[in-house]
Amino acid sequence: MDRIKALELSGAEIVVRCLQEEGVECIFGYPGGAVLYIYDALFKQDKVRHVLVRHEQGAAHAADGYARSSGKVGVCLVTSGPGLTNAVTGIATAYLDSIPMVVLVGQVPTKAIGEDAFQEVDTVGITRPCVKHNFLVKDVKDLAVTIKKAFHIAQTGRPGPVLVDIPKDLTAQDCEFLYPDSVSMRSYSPITRGHAGQIKKAAKLLLEAKRPVIYAGGGVILSNASDRLTELVRLLGVPCTNTLMGLGGFPGTDPLSLGMLGMHGTYEANMAMQHCDVLLAVGARFDDRVIGDPEHFAQNRRKIIHVDIDPSSISKRVKVDVPVVGNVDDVLAELLKLAKAEACGNAAALDDWWRQIAEWRARNCLRYDRASSIIKPQYVIEKLYEVTGGDAYVTSDVGQHQMWAAQFYKFDKPRRWINSGGLGTMGFGLPSAMGVQLAHPGATVACVTGESSIQMCIQELSTCKQYRLPIKIINLNNRYMGMVRQWQQFFHGNRYSESYMDALPDFVKLAEGYGHRGLKVERPEDVEPALREVFARKDELVFVDFVTDQTENVYPMVAAGKGITEMIFAEDL
Amino acid sequence: MRHIISVLLENEAGALSRVAGLFSARGYNIESLTVAPTEDKSMSRMTIVTRGSNDVVEQITKQLNKLIEVVKVVDLSEAAHIERELMLIKVRAGAKEREDMKRMADIFRGRVIDVSDNTYTIELTGDGHKLDAFIEAIDPALIVETVRTGTSGIGRGNRVLKA
Repeated sequence: MDRIKALELSGAEIVVRCLQEEGVECIFGYPGGAVLYIYDALFKQDKVRHVLVRHEQGAAHAADGYARSSGKVGVCLVTSGPGLTNAVTGIATAYLDSIPMVVLVGQVPTKAIGEDAFQEVDTVGITRPCVKHNFLVKDVKDLAVTIKKAFHIAQTGRPGPVLVDIPKDLTAQDCEFLYPDSVSMRSYSPITRGHAGQIKKAAKLLLEAKRPVIYAGGGVILSNASDRLTELVRLLGVPCTNTLMGLGGFPGTDPLSLGMLGMHGTYEANMAMQHCDVLLAVGARFDDRVIGDPEHFAQNRRKIIHVDIDPSSISKRVKVDVPVVGNVDDVLAELLKLAKAEACGNAAALDDWWRQIAEWRARNCLRYDRASSIIKPQYVIEKLYEVTGGDAYVTSDVGQHQMWAAQFYKFDKPRRWINSGGLGTMGFGLPSAMGVQLAHPGATVACVTGESSIQMCIQELSTCKQYRLPIKIINLNNRYMGMVRQWQQFFHGNRYSESYMDALPDFVKLAEGYGHRGLKVERPEDVEPALREVFARKDELVFVDFVTDQTENVYPMVAAGKGITEMIFAEDL
Repeated sequence: MRHIISVLLENEAGALSRVAGLFSARGYNIESLTVAPTEDKSMSRMTIVTRGSNDVVEQITKQLNKLIEVVKVVDLSEAAHIERELMLIKVRAGAKEREDMKRMADIFRGRVIDVSDNTYTIELTGDGHKLDAFIEAIDPALIVETVRTGTSGIGRGNRVLKA
C-alpha cells in the first residue's frame, strides 16, 4: 500500500489497471451494455491485449486454455445477463479441472439490481456452485482489493475460477486507485507444506513396497511438479500411471510409464492399480472414471498414500492410509530427500513386479486393425504424433477422439495436453486452442476434435481468422457422436438413438468460408502426407477433415460402475 | 448419526446461501440451521444439525472449510457440549383448558408470554427432546401454531470456537 501518490481513476480504469498490475497480457471477451465503460478503458491503453471471441463460451474456454498451457491465470470479460450465462459452461469446465481463472462480469447498475432489469441475472447465484469463489462489488472503493483477492484465490491452494460481478454504475464512478501488493484473508489460508511425519511414513511405505505404483493426476501439472515426480519415479524405478488430466506429468515414452489408467486406460495400468501393495496417489482424486467401482477397488488390500492440496479430496471415494495434505511439488521434494537418503530396498521384489507388468503389457491392449482400407482414427493420432515430433500442444474436445488422442499421443511434457476432463465439455477444443496459441505464439497447436464437438463452438473459426491463429484442426469425422454410439452399441442393444449426425456441413467449404484452408482426407495412405503438408503451413489455420471408420470403438473399456480390471477388449466383440 | 456442526463465517451477504447450496448440491441433509452475528459484527456463528455416517460428516466439515468465507468449523458432537433450542408455541386456552395448560408449561419450565381470550403463547427452551416432549404431552388438538428456532450449540468448559 506504499504508493507515493494515490491516483483518481474511474472504476473502469481501475479494472484495467488491476489487470496491468497483475501482469495480465491477454484477456478474452465480448462487449455489451454493462461493460461498455470497461471496454472504453481498454481502448485507451495498450498493455492488456483483448481478444474478441464470437461467443462468450469461447472466451471462457480460451482463457482456460491460456491458463492450462502457460500456468498463468486466464482472464475473461463478459457482459451481464446472456453474456454471463453463455460463459457458464466455460466457467464450470475450469472449475471441474481446477484451472486458475478470473472472470470479470458486468452487472446492471446497483440501483437496478433485483428489478429484473434488461440483461440482469443473479450472476453470483448462478455461478456459485461452479466457481471457487465469487464476489459482487458494491462500492467502487472495494473494486481494486476485490480483484486482487480474486487473483489471489484463483491461483493459490487448489486453483479454480473466481468471478467478480461489477455493476455498471461503479465503472463510471471515480475513486482513488491503490493496488495492494498482497492480501490476507482470515478465512482463507490454504495449507501448502505437507506434514513431515506423514511424509516420513509415506517414504517408508514406498521404499518397503514389493509392488508399488505411482498414480499421478492433474495436480502434478497444476503445481508444476512433473520434474520432481519424474525424478522420484526414476529414482525408485517404480511404475507410474497418469490420469487423463495428468498426461505429460510423467513422460509418456519413459519405459516406467504404464500410460493412462481408468475407463479407457491400459490393461497394465489398471491391473497394476488393482494388484499393487503400495499406491502413491499424487494430485489425483480417485474419481469414477479412474477407479470405477470403489467397492471392487477395495477388494484388493493395499496401502494408499494420498498427496493432495485439497483435504476434501482425501478419503472421499477411497479410504487412504497415509494422507498428506500439501502442495504436490513441495511434498514430492520432501519425499525425494528421504528416498535419496535411504537405500532403495526390495530390488528382487521389484524385478518380480516388473516381470508381472511385462506380462500384462504383452497383451498389447491398444492394438487396432492396421490393415484397414478405411482410415482408423488411432492411426491419425499416431501419425500426428510422428509428424509433430511429439512436441505439439494438443487440445481436444470430448468423446472418442479425446480418448484416442490421450492413448496414442505420448505426452512427454506437462501442459501440452489440454482437455476438459472433469466436466467433459464438447466445444472446448477450438477455443481452448486459441488460448494456447496466444500464450505460445510460435508453437505448434493441434486441436483434435470430431464432427459433433467442433460444431459446438465452430464460430471461433472467425476469431482465429481475425487474430491469425495458425491452429491445425484434426477432425476425426465418423459421422456419429462416436462415444454415444459406442455406449449404445455396448449397453443399449445397437439402438443408435439420435447419435447419427445427419446433414453435416462440408467442412472444407466451411473452413474456406471463414477464410481458412480446408482439406479432406479419405484414404489411409493420404494421412501422413496430408499431415506433413498441413504442419508445414506454419502461418495459417488448416482444417483437416479425416473421414474415419464409423464403427471403430475405444478399447479397452471399463463399463461405468464396474471394477477397473473388468475390461472390454477389441477382441471380445 | 446426528452431528452438530458449528461454523464461524464472515458476516457477508451470500455466505448463508453458499452453505445452504453446498448441502443441497452434495446431497447432505440439514435437520436445522441457525445463524446470527457474534459479538464481533463482522462474523456470524452458524449451527447446523445434520445426520450422516462419520465419513459423510468428515466430508461435510472439509467441504465447509473449503468455502472461502468460512473461518472455522467444528463438530460439536465430538465432545462435551450444550445445545439449546427455543420454541414459541401457541395453544388453545379457553376457560376449560387454561389451568391445565399453565401447569403443563410450569412443569416444562416454560413461560406464558402472551395471553388472549382463548390462547396462550408459551416460550420454551431446552434441547430438542424436551421441546418434543412438551408437544407430545399436550393434546394435539389444542396446538394452534409452533415456531422452533433450530438448535444452537456451544462447547462445554474451555472448549471454544474463535477466529
